[in-house]
Amino acid sequence: MTTKKGNAMAEAQGPTRPLSPHLQIYRWQMTMVSSILTRITGNALIVGVVLGVWWLMAAAIGPGYFNFVNAIATSWFGDLVFTLSAWAVWYHYLAGLRHLYFDAGHGLDVATAEKLGWACVIGSVVLTVITLIIV
Amino acid sequence: MVQLTLPKNSKITIGKTWPRPEGAKSVRKVQIYRWNPDDGKNPRLDTYFIDMDNCGPMVLDALIKIKNEIDPTLTFRRSCREGICGSCAMNIDGINTLACIYGMDEIKGDIKIYPLPHMPVVKDLIPDLTHFYAQHASIMPWLETKTNRPQKEWRQSIEDRAKLDGLYECVMCASCSTSCPSYWWNSDRYLGPAALLHAYRWIIDSRDEATGERLDDLEDPFKLYRCHTIMNCAKTCPKGLNPAKAIAHIKHMMVDRHV
Repeated sequence: MTTKKGNAMAEAQGPTRPLSPHLQIYRWQMTMVSSILTRITGNALIVGVVLGVWWLMAAAIGPGYFNFVNAIATSWFGDLVFTLSAWAVWYHYLAGLRHLYFDAGHGLDVATAEKLGWACVIGSVVLTVITLIIV
Repeated sequence: MVQLTLPKNSKITIGKTWPRPEGAKSVRKVQIYRWNPDDGKNPRLDTYFIDMDNCGPMVLDALIKIKNEIDPTLTFRRSCREGICGSCAMNIDGINTLACIYGMDEIKGDIKIYPLPHMPVVKDLIPDLTHFYAQHASIMPWLETKTNRPQKEWRQSIEDRAKLDGLYECVMCASCSTSCPSYWWNSDRYLGPAALLHAYRWIIDSRDEATGERLDDLEDPFKLYRCHTIMNCAKTCPKGLNPAKAIAHIKHMMVDRHV
């Protein structure tokens, strides 16, 4: 948005200006963490879905192939992926509700927003444990 | 674009450690970001020690003491020393605030001072705010009217005037915008919390007659909708304002006028 003249003046001053540090120095905030977790869980769930779909596809292909994929899906690795996916689903779901609440114009003062962030983190862990107990 | 690391010319190196004050009983360590456009080197982190028994309580007092007594080349903006001019905004102890109203007693351990995050640095603690100011200008921060000028002033009821509380107090220090990860990655097109708070301040002003045009201008996937309610802005504002709430109100008005 600077004018051409403004840019020319800035460039004439010498070497390229460095970019000041950002993520490297900013103190982590609860609200910032809850926002980034929404994105991470959303993307990570793709990996969980891939394993799930592979499992289903193997069942459709035949018993030999199913046994091979089933061994992976029910191994400690499969358990880990599915447990984390369960948590990710719950977190993403709660964070989505929180965003709906925000979009309706509520809970936007700092104290409430932070409490809601904690509620998503703690709530998702509790719900995951309940899910594991039931399943 | 999301860029997690710093460009090569911006990586911070270890700088000079200045001598401790002799005979001082209560000493605090202050680490400050330095960059000199004239020496062709990367930014560095200098370490200073200040005698707290001989220094004012605010971070700005420490900076002025360093400049006066230890290292006159240290460069920073400051003016009013009471939180009304917005000049001394910088990143202190990991958050953006005004050095003049942030007490050193609020900081545990060493005091770390950097310029406002993700901005081009002019020198030391001075960021280039040209783009930030241009964004503010783009939202037309003035009263737009179409009816004839009244004989005296444009009048406003007490209730309508009260709608501007929590908005007009902004001193444009840029702490909020430069605390926002979304602004870090998209400041070329996203207006950022400060400019949007000001946009809302004029949108809801009962005397303004360009509300439609103002909303039209903001109806854009980037200008307004890059706000993802991360809320670092409200958390860091040294004046205790809430740009996130102002932005949510604008989004609401956008929906309202479509239904």
